[in-house]
Amino acid sequence: MTVLTMPAQPAQDTAAPRPVPWRRMIWVTWRQHRAMLISVLAVLGAISVFLWIAGLDIHHNYAVMTACRPAGSAACQTLSSNFTSTDWTMANVLGILLQLAPVLIGAFAGAPLLARELETGTFRYAWTQGFGRARQAIAKLVLVAVTITVAAWAFSEVFTWFFKPFLGTSSLTVLSATVFDARGIVFAAWTLAAFTIGAFAGMLIRRVVPAIAVTLGAYLGLNLLAWLELRKFYPVSLVTSNPSLFDGSTNSATSPWVLSTWYTGPGGKPANQSVVNQVLALFPHNGPPLTNETPAQALARHHITEWFRYIPVSRFWPMQFIEAGWLLALSVLLIAATVWLVRRRAA
Amino acid sequence: MNVIETNGLGKCYGRTWALRECTLAIPAGHLAALVGPNGAGKTTFMNMSVGLAVPTAGTVTVLGDQPVGSPAALDGIAFVAQDAPVYLNLSAGDMLHLTRNLNRRFDQRYAHERLAGLGIPLGKKAGKLSGGQRAQLALTLALARRPQLLILDEPLAMLDPLARQDFMATVMTSMAEDGVSVLLSSHALAELERVTDYLVLLSGGQVQVTGEVEDLLACHRVLTGPAAEADSLARQLRVVQARRGGAQAHLLVRTGGPDDPVPPGWEAHPVSLEELALAYLRSPGAEVLPGPSLVQHTEPTEVAR
Repeated sequence: MTVLTMPAQPAQDTAAPRPVPWRRMIWVTWRQHRAMLISVLAVLGAISVFLWIAGLDIHHNYAVMTACRPAGSAACQTLSSNFTSTDWTMANVLGILLQLAPVLIGAFAGAPLLARELETGTFRYAWTQGFGRARQAIAKLVLVAVTITVAAWAFSEVFTWFFKPFLGTSSLTVLSATVFDARGIVFAAWTLAAFTIGAFAGMLIRRVVPAIAVTLGAYLGLNLLAWLELRKFYPVSLVTSNPSLFDGSTNSATSPWVLSTWYTGPGGKPANQSVVNQVLALFPHNGPPLTNETPAQALARHHITEWFRYIPVSRFWPMQFIEAGWLLALSVLLIAATVWLVRRRAA
Repeated sequence: MNVIETNGLGKCYGRTWALRECTLAIPAGHLAALVGPNGAGKTTFMNMSVGLAVPTAGTVTVLGDQPVGSPAALDGIAFVAQDAPVYLNLSAGDMLHLTRNLNRRFDQRYAHERLAGLGIPLGKKAGKLSGGQRAQLALTLALARRPQLLILDEPLAMLDPLARQDFMATVMTSMAEDGVSVLLSSHALAELERVTDYLVLLSGGQVQVTGEVEDLLACHRVLTGPAAEADSLARQLRVVQARRGGAQAHLLVRTGGPDDPVPPGWEAHPVSLEELALAYLRSPGAEVLPGPSLVQHTEPTEVAR
């Protein structure tokens, strides 16, 4: 530590003083939030180590299972059923639990960031220091946000590696909701969004516990909205009338995500629904088809075409960028709103 | 330079005015006491002076016309809020380092020497300090910033009599050595009487008295004389408060100065600051406004109206 010596009487200059340098906030943020940062990193680290150890085992089992010849033999069946029972059960539970990781990190790190200052009254200390309260809020929000976002990204990379063998074996593709959320850059983006929701809620409500509750609610609402509605409307979907894309095993890791199907009659007009129903009745869900034709052939006899709107798995990255993009925009907006509240809101 | 200057300053919470029509100017170089009963608007006034509350009406500037919350104002004003808030999970040493990082100036040596002198170990968590030690820590942090103006909200409330003396001694030393101006609030004037040289008396959200203590004492006196003559005398003089005890009446009056003639048959006594403050608080209609520096400043505004 250096000793600063100052003139006893400060200069009575009228010009605005040089602002306190931004880099000083690195130590300040670390000292004030290190318990939270360390626990987030420790929990993610511990789970990562577990995933790594368990993952080595799973990758080994998977390699043995796929190398087993002949595939239909009893020994191979045992390997396969072991893999889908023990290993898959654990991975499935983990995958579902990890859906909650972003919001838990975000609420734990974000909600108390400013709410605790307001709750305990220390904002009266912090906001009257020379650094300025808006600058302090910006520095803290950005530093903590970057740290936990990077940590979440690294963590999701570990989970992606861990989960790889289950793609294709468990009718999951990279576009399945729980898989899509946990890999690529989206996991980190959701963590960032949860953090900024938490910080904003904390500043708005000024109480830690209610702010955490609101963060959980708002995040889950947003997450469900994305799952059930928004992703269908990302401009990455394709339209085809070629049904061969969707034949074959639904267990394939490359089968596309079918958003909707519809039928057109002659000349591209909407098909007569009763005719469509008659044809589809030939292909009951339970039981063998009542005709030798394929569904497409049967429909074609009536001049009806089945159309599919679908997202191929190759659109994984565009979808990731779209989702991460709007989440990032939302986060920036929430940080701006939080700083605006700090600047404006008075005791 | 005026360290704080307000014009028609008011703050409304919901429908209640915590402070209204507050117009005053506190010149630099004083230990100014902001006195008033609980709920008089002292904390509201201080919060608006340091930017923790936004005025509903009027204006406030600090350190010679700097806007509140501007970099110059934040840099030059150190504020210790009520109950001396510090991070309870941080050690005293961490609080020093934190304050040093959050400010342009910080006299580390001064802070270390003072904490050592007070026997506050640097490694001890702020939450484990006694109330008095915590107040001293907060004061040390504020003074080490080498401010031009130190604002203290009810600093003595959490201190025992001995700690009060130590605390005030520290404040007086930095006034004498570094020329710091001080504004402190209290609901009890008694313990400030000997040290304060500027008084702002708030009552019911309004400024009742403001001025240098010396001037205020010089233009007030207590007249003691026959109760029978009290009423006729009161009509000729500006009586702040009248007390009757048997045949004797005590009138606290405002005069033009110490040379004003004493009415025949009456005896004049000087008044103490506490007596004066209490008399004004008991007579909400009486005021001493505005102070000399203020008249000069507000003249243009008066014309504009």
